[in-house]
Amino acid sequence: MEEKPKAKINLNRVAMPHQDPKARARNYSEVALGYTDAMALEEASRCIQCPKRPCVGGCPVNVDIPEFIKAVRDNDMVEAVRVLKSKNALPAVCGRVCPQETQCEQVCTLAKKQAPIAIGRLERYVADWDLGHQDQRSPTVLPPPTGKKVAVIGSGPAGLTCAADLAKFGHKVTVYEALHTAGGVLMYGIPEFRLPKKIVQAEVDYVKSLGVDVQLDSVMGKLATVDELLESGYDAIFLGTGAGLPMFLDIPGENLNGVYSANEYLTRTNLMKAYLFPEYDTPIKIGKRVAVIGGGNVAMDSARCALRLGADVVYIVYRRSRTEMPARHEEVENAEEEGIVFKMLTNPKQILGDDKGWVKAMECYEMELGEPDASGRRRPIVKQGSEFTMDVDVVVIALGTTPNPLIASTTKGLETTRRGTVVADEQTGKTVKDRVWAGGDVVTGAATVISAMGAGKRAAASIDAFLKGA
Amino acid sequence: MYKILSKEKLTPVIDCLKVEAPAIAKKARAGQFVIIRIDEVGERVPLTLADWDAAAGTITLVAMEIGASTCKLGGLKTGDSILNLVGPLGLPSEIEKFGTVVCVGGGVGIAPVHPIARSLRQAGNKVISIIGARNRDLLFWEDKMRLVSDELIVTTDDGSYARKGLVTEPLKEILEREKVARVVAIGPAIMMKFCSLTTKPFNVPTVVSLNSIMVDGTGMCGCCRLSVGGQTKFSCVDGPEFDGHQVDWDIVFDRQKVYLKEEKEALDRWKECQCQKS
Repeated sequence: MEEKPKAKINLNRVAMPHQDPKARARNYSEVALGYTDAMALEEASRCIQCPKRPCVGGCPVNVDIPEFIKAVRDNDMVEAVRVLKSKNALPAVCGRVCPQETQCEQVCTLAKKQAPIAIGRLERYVADWDLGHQDQRSPTVLPPPTGKKVAVIGSGPAGLTCAADLAKFGHKVTVYEALHTAGGVLMYGIPEFRLPKKIVQAEVDYVKSLGVDVQLDSVMGKLATVDELLESGYDAIFLGTGAGLPMFLDIPGENLNGVYSANEYLTRTNLMKAYLFPEYDTPIKIGKRVAVIGGGNVAMDSARCALRLGADVVYIVYRRSRTEMPARHEEVENAEEEGIVFKMLTNPKQILGDDKGWVKAMECYEMELGEPDASGRRRPIVKQGSEFTMDVDVVVIALGTTPNPLIASTTKGLETTRRGTVVADEQTGKTVKDRVWAGGDVVTGAATVISAMGAGKRAAASIDAFLKGA
Repeated sequence: MYKILSKEKLTPVIDCLKVEAPAIAKKARAGQFVIIRIDEVGERVPLTLADWDAAAGTITLVAMEIGASTCKLGGLKTGDSILNLVGPLGLPSEIEKFGTVVCVGGGVGIAPVHPIARSLRQAGNKVISIIGARNRDLLFWEDKMRLVSDELIVTTDDGSYARKGLVTEPLKEILEREKVARVVAIGPAIMMKFCSLTTKPFNVPTVVSLNSIMVDGTGMCGCCRLSVGGQTKFSCVDGPEFDGHQVDWDIVFDRQKVYLKEEKEALDRWKECQCQKS
């Protein structure tokens, strides 16, 4: 008997096509263009469909990754969509902004050969196909209504995921959103060129199509408290209010005109469309020389927005070195390709203003790295006498965010930490307050879209169990 | 969509709109504000509540036509709608029995002072009100203010109506005349600064309402930040009312000017559009 030849494993990961860096640095169109059909087929065919399926465990919402990839390979897109969306209500978002390199792709069997399957790119391909073929969408079959009502506060990734799952369990869900657009950080934070707003809108519309009611312009804690919602007839409440409060540096000059929190800078640009001023009414100061302080994804987003708004030079000012930067490698690379200048081991001492109260420069220290600190990263130390001045006219502070205290401060019986986060069970999202769950950044502090979605999903399961037991 | 149930002009450039907003009306308290976004391309504009009626489910907004957005608002008619309306935001005024309270309203600031004066009077205070404007054409609600005040003084800068002069002059006279427990001053920043300077030597607690430039109005962006007693505060969530003696007024003035150039550009564009329409 002839032995079956062992299939040769293809280690050529199909690259993602991108807009040319020079062109894209001045426009708001999406940077990553997405796979073509042929590219997707080729990449999907590389998956060896290993029986261990480590990728599924690497995904915070446990998408059945090998199954959807197999469907792509078999050219059964309707099935690929079904598999993907049965676990993930926002796949077009995740396919774009998830850090797959530290999740599903990191544990892919082919990662040992430095060629993990490009799961994120395939996810995006499937989700985009779905958005373009809504007529072929198999309608989600919803169970008969349970008669239970749940209020979800916040329409970001955690809230939308929780709402979608609860609706699929048959509960009546109302989502309350403070802003005039649903989507939370997906709308106000992540820029158009990385996550087109029409994609987010389509995902929100999908959640609505499951019967979820979305109430905009509703600042909970002000318009109604959590207890008032419970009294008004909701059986359970999920808090997905995120981490929306900006941190500042607390250095001289921080209140000068031209100093923005990244939240303000990105909200003006993305949510309010200041890049289209005066067609849109919201203005933003167009800096010629912009310094963005911080090394995370939000810093990269701010820097790349500054460039697109028309800056001549944009600096990323970060107090540690390149290795310690928390931003996704891909985003750092994108920013660098577009011409962002990285000033590593640099920390601001003060921001200097002109006589009219506008930023004109920033004085910085050079830093060096010492022993690792609690975060495991080497601690930055000021080099004495190293002060130098950078001429800048806009400064964006992207140091991270903390949860908004609006809900916690108006809700009796909710436990919060010193950092302002709401205490909730890691597995179920249950808070110490009766009938109240929480998940996402409001519990963890600023983290990723997908981890918030995972929390929303686990909370939905726990709420469902509670409601069905009750 | 939030329907405008009635709209009137209080002066040629000051508009008063009654808007259907039952949920907000139910919760509103003196000193709080709302944020409006007029249409799809609109900016988010904070407006301090001028009045509300929980039973009727309405709120009253008063705005002066200064920039493109307020002019756009002024162009709306009864029956039109505002696309987005969110509130009530900010902390309510501190209302308790203080004794004698002086309420100062300057220009369009007369509108938010009115419900505060009313609440203070209801709480048992003796309320002396001073309302002032640049000229007769910018003055409104004299009758409404008289109804909620034990004494009302009206001033115009140019003397075109009532007493000629600035609101700080009668304020000083009252402070010299009798014991005042508290002063509430709402109006242009420069007026609030000088009211605070006037009360300082008398050591009378002075509350000012800072309607800074905002985006979200929920503490998210920090656009409205100011320095009070050396600490950074957000007007939207820590205010809008602050101790006038502790406010760093220079930062308030500077930060109000951030978008002067853009505001002028938007206003010119608005005027041009209006000309083309007519």
